[in-house]
Amino acid sequence: MAAPVRGMIGSTSIGNTTSFQKKTRSKLVSIPGTRPSVQNGQLLVSSGVSSLDYVIGGGLAVGTLLLVEEDHYDSYSRMLLKYFLAEGVVCGHELFLASARDHPDDIMQELPSPIVDDVAGMKISEGQSQPSDPENPDTMKIAWRYQNQPKVQTALASSVRFGHYYDVSKTMEPELRQAAKCHSFYQLQETPVVTASSPLPSPYHSLLKSIQTVIRKEGFDGSTPQSKVRNVLRLGLHSLGSVLWGDDVCCKDNPAHCHALTTFLYILRGLLRTSLSVAMVTVPSHLTQNRAVMGRIIRLSDTAIALESFKGSEKETNPLYKDYHGLLHVRQLPRLNCLSCEVPDTKDLAFKLKRKQFTIEHCSFWPGYHSNLHSSKEKMYQRLPFKMSRCESQV
Amino acid sequence: MFPELNSILNSTPDSFKSSDFILVSDRRADASFLIHHHLSFYLRAGCKVCFLGLVQSFSHYSAVGQRLGVSLAQAREKGQLVFLEGLKNSIGVILQEDTSQETQPLSYLRTPGAGLEGLFRFVESSVRQSGDGDAGESWGPPVLLIDDLSVLLSLGVSVGAILDFTLYCKATVCSELQGNMVILVRCEEEDADDDEEGSNLLQRGLVHQCNLALHVEGLPTGYCRDIHGQMEVWWRQEGETICNRRKIFHFKVHDKGASFFARGTSSAVL
Repeated sequence: MAAPVRGMIGSTSIGNTTSFQKKTRSKLVSIPGTRPSVQNGQLLVSSGVSSLDYVIGGGLAVGTLLLVEEDHYDSYSRMLLKYFLAEGVVCGHELFLASARDHPDDIMQELPSPIVDDVAGMKISEGQSQPSDPENPDTMKIAWRYQNQPKVQTALASSVRFGHYYDVSKTMEPELRQAAKCHSFYQLQETPVVTASSPLPSPYHSLLKSIQTVIRKEGFDGSTPQSKVRNVLRLGLHSLGSVLWGDDVCCKDNPAHCHALTTFLYILRGLLRTSLSVAMVTVPSHLTQNRAVMGRIIRLSDTAIALESFKGSEKETNPLYKDYHGLLHVRQLPRLNCLSCEVPDTKDLAFKLKRKQFTIEHCSFWPGYHSNLHSSKEKMYQRLPFKMSRCESQV
Repeated sequence: MFPELNSILNSTPDSFKSSDFILVSDRRADASFLIHHHLSFYLRAGCKVCFLGLVQSFSHYSAVGQRLGVSLAQAREKGQLVFLEGLKNSIGVILQEDTSQETQPLSYLRTPGAGLEGLFRFVESSVRQSGDGDAGESWGPPVLLIDDLSVLLSLGVSVGAILDFTLYCKATVCSELQGNMVILVRCEEEDADDDEEGSNLLQRGLVHQCNLALHVEGLPTGYCRDIHGQMEVWWRQEGETICNRRKIFHFKVHDKGASFFARGTSSAVL
């Protein structure tokens, strides 16, 4: 279910870094790397990119599906998938990665490394987190260049922050990566199962079965006893709909399996709603001939964004877009457990992949007007309710 | 329940038209807030409601219903609401290949070409139960709510089968039992290439069958934060009047309801 999970009694709020607490009668489960939404109390996880979290309403709600329409060379959508998985590693969530083209282990080895002074805030013991306080005169003075290094380099303990920054020029340390539990599904190594009675072709059917097995076995659907600490499962499904998944929706005008991907997404939605998991699916939408199918796919997901990169198109030399790498279109935002949905300020968004940040900004036609949507890390999220109530309809 | 919409449609929970087939459709917008309105409206009116929730979980409708002042859990316990959990039960049908009696309504998942007879039998048995009188509570006329019908197209059911299903439902619920039907259909762009098996074809077929059509779209002038879209209301007139009534309103959806106003009278503009 996508509703806030009814919590265990006596859970301490080590997972909340914001001081804003929505008054609800039920205690929300404190899972590291999650926080309740300001708007409707949904449990949110970060997508790994803080500016994307802002654009989609604070984060990805647990139990929902994020659809990313790939750009032409699949460079930025793959980067978003890696951010998503890296965020899962740093927060201690479990991962499930499915891909048909590259081996999941190859994708895992390319995950960007988290920026060190953020990681220093992580718990280094099992107890409460003790953030280093540089203003406190009683702490022992250490040479300034070592001040932000973690004191003891131990095995990864879950970070309590929401949203981290990553350096894409470096890959994640193998120890950090291996501390996270990752289930992988590589389509080319799976043996095809003949399912005569199912309307789904074999790769999608096996993938769904595999996801369901992981959810059941690891207890994400609540079937394990209370003593186990609850966690979130992050599903990353790369390039669904491409021919390597046995699907011809991306290469034919009248595909034989035109309902395969939509049926798959429908069942995946059911699995997500009944477990503590969140999924990111990338689809090569520029290959589908049929716009109606893309419309259905978008409606079957909860949050949907599309990336349009400027590389190779005539927009690359357009002076308006010289500071950016591409445009980001928000196709759909979810309405979960409430009537209204997150209404964005503007729909003209452009993105730029910098070394330490993936920025998403309002790209206006007015020369010299650039608003940075994400000026500071935490302050912006708390500013959100005030921004929404002000009437900014005048141009 | 939205009071402004009640005054537009000239209906209250105490007095509403019976044998009504209301079609709610949208194009590149989200008209599901109208389904929440009708759900709370008919529950308040004391009708027996059969809800086919094919795209969202029960807790979603329950959470919104609480903000609108009705308790879906209580209604389900008392027997006033029969809810079909499409998402949860379909996992069992596809992955476990469950062929038990409870999954008969969802038989279209296994064999999309065979039609929606199983679903119709479920609807029929739910709406006919009001005559039992075993618990002493007798509900009002039955109401069938479907959210949303166009997802069946994504699952491989043909347009013809869906139109047959709605005809059967209309004959049973509206004509025979004097109840109401509210169906949500979500459409694509008007100029889609394949009109053969599209949701546009489905919507046109349903408009032909219905009495009242509410169509939700975005604003023709572009995106606006304060006006979420426009809603077109179309009444089919019975009797001697020749022309059909059609009105357009702008709306804005809040946390606890929606406000409707005539075009150009948004509070952001005035």
